[in-house]
Amino acid sequence: MKDNNLEIIYQRPESMQDVPTHYCPGCGHGTAHRLIAEVIDELGIRERTVGIAPVGCAVLAYDYFNFDVTEAAHGRPPAVATGMKRVRPDLIIFTYQGDGDLAAIGTAEIIHAANRGEKITVIFVNNGIYGMTGGQMAPTTLISQKTATSPRGRTFQNEGPPLKVCEMLAPLDGTAYIARGALNKPANILKAREYIKQAFLNQIEGRRFSLVELLSACPTYWHLSPSESMKKITEEVIPNFPLGVIKDER
Amino acid sequence: MNSETTTQPILICGNEAIGEAAIQAGCMAYFGYPITPQNELTAYMATWMPEKGRVFIQSESELAAISMVFGASTLGVRAMTSSSSPGISLKQEGISYLAGCELPAVIVNISRGGPGLGNIGPAQADYFQATRGGGHGDYRTPVLAGASVQELADVTFLAFDMADRYRTPVLILGDGILGQMMEPVRITHPEPVDIESKDWILGGAKGRPPRVIKSLFLGTGALDAHNRKLQERYRIIREKEVRYEAYMTDDAELIMVAYGITARLCREVVRNLRRDGYKVGLFRPITLWPFPSVQIAELCRTAKGFLSVEMSYGQMVDDVRLAVNGKLPVEFFGNGGGEILTVGEIEEFTRELILS
Repeated sequence: MKDNNLEIIYQRPESMQDVPTHYCPGCGHGTAHRLIAEVIDELGIRERTVGIAPVGCAVLAYDYFNFDVTEAAHGRPPAVATGMKRVRPDLIIFTYQGDGDLAAIGTAEIIHAANRGEKITVIFVNNGIYGMTGGQMAPTTLISQKTATSPRGRTFQNEGPPLKVCEMLAPLDGTAYIARGALNKPANILKAREYIKQAFLNQIEGRRFSLVELLSACPTYWHLSPSESMKKITEEVIPNFPLGVIKDER
Repeated sequence: MNSETTTQPILICGNEAIGEAAIQAGCMAYFGYPITPQNELTAYMATWMPEKGRVFIQSESELAAISMVFGASTLGVRAMTSSSSPGISLKQEGISYLAGCELPAVIVNISRGGPGLGNIGPAQADYFQATRGGGHGDYRTPVLAGASVQELADVTFLAFDMADRYRTPVLILGDGILGQMMEPVRITHPEPVDIESKDWILGGAKGRPPRVIKSLFLGTGALDAHNRKLQERYRIIREKEVRYEAYMTDDAELIMVAYGITARLCREVVRNLRRDGYKVGLFRPITLWPFPSVQIAELCRTAKGFLSVEMSYGQMVDDVRLAVNGKLPVEFFGNGGGEILTVGEIEEFTRELILS
């Protein structure tokens, strides 16, 4: 086939840098980054988007995205985003946060940013574990799941049940859109992409707080292979964290 | 009260004077959380910032407030937060990040008694925290201490200018008395705001490569190179930004050293003792960091001793001793209960010191 008969149907989004990532095999961050980058390209907002990178495995997200990014202290991205969006409502501001960042140390910041109805987009990557620091228990760790700090498995009595962030935020009047997707198989990934796109579209159209939770794997600290991890998401994680659009006030 | 440049003096409290000066200095975003004795400042900003089309948010915590300042600062606007001692402890996380990320910001501490909840009275017990960086890591922040309501307003303008010029958080350190007491002030800022072109700010990578604001440096030698850059900046600040007031120090044998409201009391003590023929003077640091160490060292040539007076049990006295470097005796007088010292007790201590 001659070159001029070839059509590019899939390539690196402009919103991604052409660099390798440091993520482990089977980790969901690479997929999540790409989905965000694709959506930003598609919506044509790359040149007015500012991202806020978390503390955790995605701390280096600013090396992979091809738009302006700032770091933030652990848990504080929603407050940083608030300061930015209030000062420059014309910008598209999103936070990228893990479960330790958003659901433990940053619980106050996420609840109050949501309750104030900040017109920001939050991408919440939930892999049920602290990956960067070596596999400690997260607020979203499943019951009986063993981690470095729950070596006998998480129990309802001792650590409480996993925190369901979407269900916690959806009743707040400040939130416009809350959805949960999973990064374990193509159908779910495409669905998650739709949620992410809607969450950015809401901000472009001036709607209130939007959050998309992405169920993601950490094969390294789940001590499973990547394919076993995808199966675990299907069989154990999704039953605890139901997928779908939980709130949509369009 | 109004937010226009005033030509006639107006009678307002220190907290309000800082707020008015901040607005006139072009502060576009203020984020606060209630704590006594700085509440008049938060209320002033709540009233006037929206009137000017600027941002006011009462945050969910001091951690959030300083992070909102961080966010606003990444976009290049002048941003401020204020609190009092326990709240400033919480803000130290964000102050360390601001320093590491080279972001300008103004943080006001109208300090009160501590440690812990302490009380809501005036104190100068946060000197160590203010002048030693306060949060984690190897950094400094300029610390400006006014001694009157007028000077609180004056140092507010200076704080914003220094923050922009050196890309650093700047602290204004007052106390419960200065924040609450009312004095006539003129708040005018005739000079154009000195904002150098900010080629580092975020705001959308339109027609330029993307920018990153971060304090994380993982490569071998990378963090050291970053910290050397910060240290070089601190060296320049030390060289150029020292501010102080010397009162009757030329022929003084005993030099009192005091800042903030305590310096007002010591000035009266100097006047009283001078009347009785004692050669006493007052040296008042306005920048607590950079500390006027060189100027104090020079005074060692003419003086015979120093007396540091503070509403603490001895914090700034350490810096006086470092400056004096063992050449002369350095004495201390102070208290720590969130209560203001009296002219009488300072004078009595000083008189006994001279006679001993």
